[in-house]
Amino acid sequence: MSGERMILNMGPHHPATHGVLRLEVETDGEVVAAVRPDIGYLHRSIEKIGERVEWAQFVPYTDRVDYVCAMNANHAYVLAVEALLAHDPATRLAIPRRAEAIRVLVAELNRISSHLIAVGAMAMDIGAYTPFLHAIAQREAVNDLFERLCGQRLTYNYMTVGGVAFDLHAGAEEQIAAFLGELEREMVRFNRLVTANAIFRERCAGVAVVGAAEAVAWGLSGPNLRGSGVAMDLRRDAPYGIYGELDVQVPVGEAYAGARGRVGDCYDRYVVRLLEILESVRLIRAVLGLLPPPAAKADDPVGGFQADATKALRAPPAGEVRVRTEAPRGEMAYILVSTGGRQPWRVRVRTGSFTACAMLGHLLPGVFLADVVAIIGSLDIVLPEVDR
Amino acid sequence: MDADALLAAVQRTVPEAVAVAAGPGRYLLVPAAAVDGLMLRLRDETELAFASLMDLTGWDLLGMPGAEPGIAVGWWLESPRHRHQVAIRVHLPREAPAVASVAALWPVAGWWEREVYDLLGVHFSGHPDLRRLLLPEDWEGHPLRKDYAYPVAYRGVAHARDGQRFAAPPAAKPKPGGA
Repeated sequence: MSGERMILNMGPHHPATHGVLRLEVETDGEVVAAVRPDIGYLHRSIEKIGERVEWAQFVPYTDRVDYVCAMNANHAYVLAVEALLAHDPATRLAIPRRAEAIRVLVAELNRISSHLIAVGAMAMDIGAYTPFLHAIAQREAVNDLFERLCGQRLTYNYMTVGGVAFDLHAGAEEQIAAFLGELEREMVRFNRLVTANAIFRERCAGVAVVGAAEAVAWGLSGPNLRGSGVAMDLRRDAPYGIYGELDVQVPVGEAYAGARGRVGDCYDRYVVRLLEILESVRLIRAVLGLLPPPAAKADDPVGGFQADATKALRAPPAGEVRVRTEAPRGEMAYILVSTGGRQPWRVRVRTGSFTACAMLGHLLPGVFLADVVAIIGSLDIVLPEVDR
Repeated sequence: MDADALLAAVQRTVPEAVAVAAGPGRYLLVPAAAVDGLMLRLRDETELAFASLMDLTGWDLLGMPGAEPGIAVGWWLESPRHRHQVAIRVHLPREAPAVASVAALWPVAGWWEREVYDLLGVHFSGHPDLRRLLLPEDWEGHPLRKDYAYPVAYRGVAHARDGQRFAAPPAAKPKPGGA
């Protein structure tokens, strides 16, 4: 194409940009010639806030780093603080095993609801509105469950340094088991409606192919990296919590779209998320199987507000720690720098959406304008995580 | 390779590096002038093969106990092939801090370097497009600096109600009741 170039301003309040992302798109006819992403609209200086609050007070802010998977965000931060405290035997905390299991349980439930948003919103971006409603209806069950568990539906503030804030509510295990059964039936319907749909598949097949080496060089992680065929998952390769006791299977992209499909295209990233939903169902059933009963007569069976933690956080060891976790959108890693004081010297959070968003300027030139939203949807970019 | 063997291997490749233990964390402190050459060696040396840059950030050392005033900038590298990681660190002067860009080696660094420039004021030489990333182009100052002066207004819009002012962060107050 060599028509006249046109500048198209997409966003920041565009329904298909998953938050407030602005793309300055230069088009040549129907083809994207160049893209300049403009971010920062959701910047709340969360890292700076981290230097001004006490260690435990930062947990609610982690919810806001990524409110689509706040449990996973909680998990990453409390693990990092606990790793710092574990350096000195005097401040090392004993985390009840039941709390460790509940953390993995809610993290996997949140991964399911996050992936449901991702696949539903991707279908909606491409033009199919109904699948989004199917996905959001299932996510509603997770929200209801978390509301019973901790009183919140989106930003939970559920995990604490030392454990979790509340034990499972009465009937939680039956509620979860019933949800998993219904979700599995729903995924069959969802696959008939979307995954096997010829129009959806053709819109995604061979679009925005990210090769394995390219994905690694761009620091992609999570389902975006696995969609490119790289079998890397921190839950399996660097297990934390009780993941080491679970048999984590890692699905990767295999050109699922058939003849026109390529490993690492939009369809592969989509299918990897669907497979991870089913993998999370399996992991949750395994965790329910090994969930230890609450300690009899304990005041604080899940360690949520143990006095040891309050004491340790007044004088944590000095030094620094970097803890990586597998969040739904890839590696979520906290770097904490401590000077031994009550407040962190530095709180750094690295997120999966940041690297995926950084890649847009490289990935979009050359695609059709109509594919731009499909590609953003397939990368599952959530802007609060990018801007922090 | 275990952690010690890896550190020894990295030091063979990067003889100018000094291993530092900071609580549970360990990193390699290198002279800022060496960054340009050593990053390429870390990425391409077969036994190291750090193909992924997993994080790039920094922090201000002003007033940090036991540290000279300066800006710390760190690179966290990972090798998907060997499944090992290493943290590289430089300490830069607070006045006009500058270090080589690695955006040509790991393209994702382009945005992280813009972020560090934006929030800490570090200049990455050789960066193709070093602009602010998160804050508006006309923002004054670099907020992650420890002596950052909180602005009273931006383009005439006040940040606080009448009579309120943002002050420097209060030192942690002891809670009433001795908590």
